[in-house]
Amino acid sequence: MRLDNINLNDYVTIINVFGDTSIKRRLLDLGFIPGEEVKCVLISPFKDPKAYQVHGNVIALRNIDAHNIEVQNEVN
Amino acid sequence: MKSIKVALVGTPNVGKSTIYNALTHSHEHTGNWPGKTVGVSKGECVYQDTLYTFYDLPGTYSLISKSQEEVVATDFIVFSSFDVAVVVCDATSLEKGINLVLQTKEICRNVVVCINLVDEAKKKGINIDYKLLEKRLGSIVVPTSARDKEGLTELIGAIKHSQNKDFLDIDYGVLNKLIEEAAINIKTDEYNPKWIALKILENNKYYINKLNKLGVINKLNEQDIDYDVNLEVVLKVAKKAKEILKNVISYERVNYDAKERKIDRILTSKIWGIPIMLAILFGCFYITIIGANYPSSLLFNFFSSLEGGIIKFLEFIHLPALVIDLLVNGVYKTLYFVVSVMMPPMMIFFPMFTFLEDLGVLPRIAFNMDRAFSKCKACGKQALTMCMGIGCNAVGVTGARIIDSKRERLIAILTNIFMPCNGKFPTLIAVITIFFVGFNKKYGSVICALILTGVIFLGILLTFLVSYILSKTILKGEPSSFTLELPPYRMPNIIDTIKYSVKDRAIFVLGRAVKVAIPAGLLIGIIANVKINDVSILRYLVNFLDPVGLVLGVDGVIILALLLGFPANEIVIPIMLMGYLNTNALIDMDNLNVLRDIFVNNGWTIKTAICFITLFLYRFPCSTTLLTIYKETKSKFYTLLSVVIPLFIGIILCLIVNCIFF
Ligand SMILES: Nc1nc2c(ncn2[C@@H]2O[C@H](COP(=O)(O)OP(=O)(O)OP(=O)(O)O)[C@@H](O)[C@H]2O)c(=O)[nH]1
Ligand SMILES: [Mg+2]
Repeated sequence: MRLDNINLNDYVTIINVFGDTSIKRRLLDLGFIPGEEVKCVLISPFKDPKAYQVHGNVIALRNIDAHNIEVQNEVN
Repeated sequence: MKSIKVALVGTPNVGKSTIYNALTHSHEHTGNWPGKTVGVSKGECVYQDTLYTFYDLPGTYSLISKSQEEVVATDFIVFSSFDVAVVVCDATSLEKGINLVLQTKEICRNVVVCINLVDEAKKKGINIDYKLLEKRLGSIVVPTSARDKEGLTELIGAIKHSQNKDFLDIDYGVLNKLIEEAAINIKTDEYNPKWIALKILENNKYYINKLNKLGVINKLNEQDIDYDVNLEVVLKVAKKAKEILKNVISYERVNYDAKERKIDRILTSKIWGIPIMLAILFGCFYITIIGANYPSSLLFNFFSSLEGGIIKFLEFIHLPALVIDLLVNGVYKTLYFVVSVMMPPMMIFFPMFTFLEDLGVLPRIAFNMDRAFSKCKACGKQALTMCMGIGCNAVGVTGARIIDSKRERLIAILTNIFMPCNGKFPTLIAVITIFFVGFNKKYGSVICALILTGVIFLGILLTFLVSYILSKTILKGEPSSFTLELPPYRMPNIIDTIKYSVKDRAIFVLGRAVKVAIPAGLLIGIIANVKINDVSILRYLVNFLDPVGLVLGVDGVIILALLLGFPANEIVIPIMLMGYLNTNALIDMDNLNVLRDIFVNNGWTIKTAICFITLFLYRFPCSTTLLTIYKETKSKFYTLLSVVIPLFIGIILCLIVNCIFF
């Protein structure tokens, strides 16, 4: 599953980050690191971008960029 | 005296500039959104016999970033000489800060860790064991709350006592061996050879070239590595940060930001998001209009009552009548018009604007509007530069540095003019009041504020249109990535907000306008009085420009004023008045209501007013903005384009208005 597909208030765990170097680097810098837990907290009026919470920060990503992040549902 | 140079490093929006301002008593702009600071500023302070020089850097998420303002920071950290790096962290999200601390410790020998925003962390129920953190990091850790000026003395003390250490060695696992191998050939005292080796392994062209030029590394043999070095490095640094923070942080409450999310849901909701933004704008205008009304006329009456006395005094010191006329009708009138009509709205609008900025509303606006920008193949952060543009277009243009992609940054720069700056509002309010609302009507201020909001709305539409056209023609391309942090809402310190926005923004802008108003008034006075064949130069000019004016639905005086008002938007109306008063019978301006009579006596109609507003809004950027555009783009072509685009649109709109009213 990719991050842009998750629903509002869903918790997921990042498995992998894809994309070309620059966007990948940027996503990693922002804290989208494999193993990290993410939650979708906001959806903008036109459904894109969405904002995600990742260790304590809220970060807005366009769906096309969020698609670079592979996630899986929280197992608990 | 001992002297210590200190660099303030940190992720965006953690309060670096706030700390810098408090320590050096400077007035660097701060704001609650990531990317407020875009250049390096330097300030000094003396404390107990030591001179501290501080460098306030733009925020950076890591030291291998690429947006222009982040490169500024990274370059400074890597290549400038300073003694201590203070890494400022956000107490409410320490992990990212510690990541940066580790990266900085790889490059700098002397690092002090400042944990800012502890008041916010306390409120959110986050506890931090500073002693344990200090032990694990091996650097002094100082908790601060910069907005309330807490912990800053301790910070200075820590800077003074912090010692040089060895560069930090991070365990990069599988990469270790490669790093060691590459580092053997790098001989340098200044930089960490292992860090340089890492840059080579990452194949980081930017640093390889720079270090090459400095002679630190020689020509390289390209290495093929099967690892994803970037990912490996980030994972290892993050792992180390996690280890360090283990048992350092504890949370008292889980849902500490529930209220914030609730507000966010409303501000970005599907139905209410956009209307609320417009309503906020409307509210600001409304308050500005009703608040400025009375002080404006008070100031105006005060200054005009002095006029007689001034004339008497000048006659008393035996100045020739011509000079008196120049000084009073030229300079003095222009000056007091600028001060009385422009100052009150600015003094009210600026603090409100700063308040919203500090509160954290701007990133939400960008979040709401990004979809439209992405459709125009531009960047959502352009909305932030537009908001800045409402304060001052020059600031908006500089602020465009937060946009990573050069193409999108140029679009933001070229379209910033479509947001009318604060200096235009008083003029707009005056003309709108005269021609569309009337002075004493019951809902006058409401209607006026509505029209102003409409003007901004039109500006937004034009921004989208022009951005789209640019993306399809001159600045062809696809949108790059968009990432924006939405910071927590922060209640600004009201007194500081007012002090700062009045002193550093309103007075500053006004000072600039006054400086231009004096020579402009003088110039108008002179060309109105110097005559050739019994006709003044002013008359010649106006007659010459009249046909142009006629085509555009205005007249020669208006065109002249718009041209001469190039250095500052604030002086357009006074120039226009001087033009009218000097070409026709003189009317005594003893009261603001006379404005209407002057305009109407000179043939103004609703059509003239609309055309004037259109041209005034979209003629070309003021000289300060134009200079800034040149500085930022370093291109004559784009600077020229920034003039041509709005001018073209302004003219087209005027022609359309003319057709409608014909
Ligand atoms: N509650 C609280 N707010 C603070 C504190 N320090 C700074 N702020 C606020 O945090 C926001 C960001 O401050 P800045 O000083 O502009 O941050 P910066 O690190 O310079 O940001 P960039 O230049 O964008 O990297 C402002 O709205 C400040 O008023 C603090 O200790 N407590
Ligand atoms: Mg700053």
